[in-house]
Amino acid sequence: MTELPTIDWPTAVVFAPLAGAILAFAWPRRAAALGLASVLVTAGAVAALALQVLAEGAVLTRLGNWGAPLGIDLRADGLSTVLLAMTVGVGAFVSLGALDSYAPARADDRTRRYFWPLWLLLLTGLNGAFLSTDVFNLYVMLEVIALAAVGLTVLGGGRAAVRAGLDYMYASILGALLFLMGVGFVYLELGRLDFAGLIAAEPAPALTAALALMIAGLLLKTALFPLHFWLPGAHANATAPASALLSGLVVKVSLYVFLRLTQYMPLPDELLVTLIGALGAGAILWGGIQALRAERLKLLVAWSTVVQIGLIFVAFARAGQVGLAESWKAVALLILAHAVAKAGMFLAAGRIKDEVGHDRIADLDRSPIRPTLAQFTFALAAISLIGLPPSLGFAGKWVLMEGAMAAGYWHWVGVTMIGTLFSVAYFSRVLASFLRFDRMRSPVAEHQGWALADAAPLILALSALGLGLAAAPILAFMEIGYPFGATP
Amino acid sequence: MTDAPLLPLFILLTSLGIAPLLFALPERSAGLRTAINLGAAGLKVALVAWLSWKVSQGVIYDLRFTVLPGLELKLQADPLAILFIALSAVLWFITTVYSVGYLEKGPHRARFFGFFSLCVGATVGIALAGNLFTFLIFYELLTLATYPLVIHRGTAEALRAGRIYLIYTLGGGLVLLLGTLGLWVLAGSTDFVPGGILSDVAVAAPLAAQLLFLVLIAGLGVKAALVPFHAWLPIAMVAPAPVSALLHAVAVVKAGAFGIMRVVYEVYGIETAQALGLTAPLAAIAAVTILYGSLRALSQDDIKRRLAWSTVSQVSYITLGVALASPIAAIGALAHLIHQGLMKITMFMAAGNLAEGLGVKKVSQMNGVGRAMPGTMAAFTLAALAMIGLPPLAGFVSKWYLATGGLEAGQGWVIALLLGSSLLNAGYFLPMLHRAWFVEPGAAAPDGLAHRRIGWMLAAPPLATAALVLIAGGLANAPFSPLEWTRFIVALEYPQAAFDDLPEAF
Repeated sequence: MTELPTIDWPTAVVFAPLAGAILAFAWPRRAAALGLASVLVTAGAVAALALQVLAEGAVLTRLGNWGAPLGIDLRADGLSTVLLAMTVGVGAFVSLGALDSYAPARADDRTRRYFWPLWLLLLTGLNGAFLSTDVFNLYVMLEVIALAAVGLTVLGGGRAAVRAGLDYMYASILGALLFLMGVGFVYLELGRLDFAGLIAAEPAPALTAALALMIAGLLLKTALFPLHFWLPGAHANATAPASALLSGLVVKVSLYVFLRLTQYMPLPDELLVTLIGALGAGAILWGGIQALRAERLKLLVAWSTVVQIGLIFVAFARAGQVGLAESWKAVALLILAHAVAKAGMFLAAGRIKDEVGHDRIADLDRSPIRPTLAQFTFALAAISLIGLPPSLGFAGKWVLMEGAMAAGYWHWVGVTMIGTLFSVAYFSRVLASFLRFDRMRSPVAEHQGWALADAAPLILALSALGLGLAAAPILAFMEIGYPFGATP
Repeated sequence: MTDAPLLPLFILLTSLGIAPLLFALPERSAGLRTAINLGAAGLKVALVAWLSWKVSQGVIYDLRFTVLPGLELKLQADPLAILFIALSAVLWFITTVYSVGYLEKGPHRARFFGFFSLCVGATVGIALAGNLFTFLIFYELLTLATYPLVIHRGTAEALRAGRIYLIYTLGGGLVLLLGTLGLWVLAGSTDFVPGGILSDVAVAAPLAAQLLFLVLIAGLGVKAALVPFHAWLPIAMVAPAPVSALLHAVAVVKAGAFGIMRVVYEVYGIETAQALGLTAPLAAIAAVTILYGSLRALSQDDIKRRLAWSTVSQVSYITLGVALASPIAAIGALAHLIHQGLMKITMFMAAGNLAEGLGVKKVSQMNGVGRAMPGTMAAFTLAALAMIGLPPLAGFVSKWYLATGGLEAGQGWVIALLLGSSLLNAGYFLPMLHRAWFVEPGAAAPDGLAHRRIGWMLAAPPLATAALVLIAGGLANAPFSPLEWTRFIVALEYPQAAFDDLPEAF
């Protein structure tokens, strides 16, 4: 092997956004430029890491060379890398969208000053969580994420946003506390906190209790029905780029942690898997009904997040305990699909609100202003969220239903189909109003609703649609380094 | 030996590729839009002609792209695909001319033509799909692309119709997804292969194979408007005339019928389907649909609605021919896929001209319209007579083969069914012709039939398709006629049939 000057990419992926956050905070007048540059540098680092993972398999970094179980290890396997790419990819386009949403004409000084540091801090936490190899480090990252996410929720919003932000904060703190208690149990039982220790551990009551506590905390943070109460308000009242980050990325990280833990610490019982799937089914139904009743566009989109989280948990449970070794692929595909499509949809909803001046669904067709491209983007994102081909959402749903069918779990097939019908119903409420023209007073000129700001959501929505065709290589990549194989 | 292996992809792109361009074009650039539309449509006709020539020479086109582990997006140009694609290409060109004339100065033309070409692109994908998975993808794209066309007028009524359309077709799509998944889990493949892929499964798990058939036919039957999934079709009549024309001739209902063909011939294989006892119930459903559609057509006063019910009936001839499990009936079914398209598109364009030129939208207003618009009504008359089954027009050829095939399969009732249906066809078309040509315009006529001039872009297309109806029937035995091509296909699907014994047409 020839010696090449190598950069430690996992470390770079975590520290690039952190440096950006500090710089953007210290130099508020250049926050946007610094922030964008830092996101782009992070994207480059993730791309380099992905190439390295592709060439060499999983990449392990021992921070300070302490090594597990004492030190902090960062490990990038296929699954982590795909989620990092998702985060930084979605994040880059949301950043571009933020340039327009927080332009001087639209947002006050304070909003513009704080958005970039908060978002970069969030990115640090997300990247750190995806690379973590021990539960304490995960806890720290979850706290960093929660801190930044609550900040983003209240940023630039009115009284409703502050109230929603408070709810979110309480839920977040409670979830983190439960998780930390679980971490404590693990430490008391095993004396170590790294994944390898968890995998090697013999089953014990204390570990089961730890797993239960951590799962409860994670479900609260990821807003699985009936613990979703904080989500619609928080996601609907934040500004559009913040909503896109919260819905697209933040809820995904607790899902990811859930996925890792349930693989490393086997669930004690088939019944628990079924219960989690049943909660997912509850989310699909309840969230669907609420989305049908929602009066505001952004609230509808937020309820659709509750539904999609439910669907992801159905994917988790699709083939029972035995099927978990394969079901994580369906979960990962749906996580990816929802992140890309929902970020695009929230940005598009924000664009529509900005152009039309309100987001009351019932009055959208009264407006002679039709931001055509943003509406089109919304429709494209809806196609992926409904799960119509060839979108990524479709690929995820296909893998979900295929596994459920092969295992003979027809109830999960049925739930998925009902969920599809629900999502058609609530999205077509919005889409039909885009295409209705007999309720306006003045004539409409189409194509008036073009702006450069439509590019970011459009690219996200098109990616959600087109990436479905690349589902096979994505799945193959995720399996690099055997995320859930015998050796972590 | 393929010199242009990507040819099927190019054909797909002539329609799908121009859609973004058409969406982005400013509303006022009408000339450029028309140029792009007609250029692409013309190019496609040429490419399809080239492809047909190659396929008739035995060249095999097979493009694959892996989407999910083991699951491929597959484009395959087999003779059956060529049949459908040729219909779609020719009628797209003609309908595009008609649409340009019809929508002149109307609102939202950019959107209309964008979705229009997506819709046609979806039919190309459906035709070229080499497996059920690919078929499903384009089947759903077709639903999504036609919805904005159906509700193009943007009125409350259009939106209501659109909602019903969407519920039916997306529901059908979901059922087809279930069926496709079932096939994938059961057979480990969704490929279309002459002779089918389910012969082993049919032996091992006959009940599962039968249930799967039910699910697949239900999913496809929605678009094919089989009773009891037909209700959306007459309601979708609020769409602009060129959309209705396309919907009834090539796009939606044909996609369903074509899918049924693929499932029976190339997923199950006709022998397996027969052995499982699936063809007889399918034939029964088709027969019920044929009679029910015709009966309902009798009592419709709205012209387009009457035509729509007639489509419900006529499209099921295709399903009937497939389900009779006789090679001769299969020729009739395949030929009818083309013939019904030519006849029905003529009638819908003529109906659109009546509405545009005279404001006539109801049968009861049709008195004397023949004198006011002789060209349009001549085309309409020719198509109507063909549909009734007057020799030597196209509809007669289909019915002749269906009836002969019914006899061959030992199903004498088919003769009675076809006679009854023809009588009903005559029952709802002849009064229209009678009013048009032989009754003086009365007070019921709007504006006393004051004639608004329609341009050549509206007048010529129905005449062109009417001429095709005449040619397809009269020259049915010429090389490259639809009928000759269908013999080529049937020879593939029924390899055991001795084709020298098949009757030459008349």
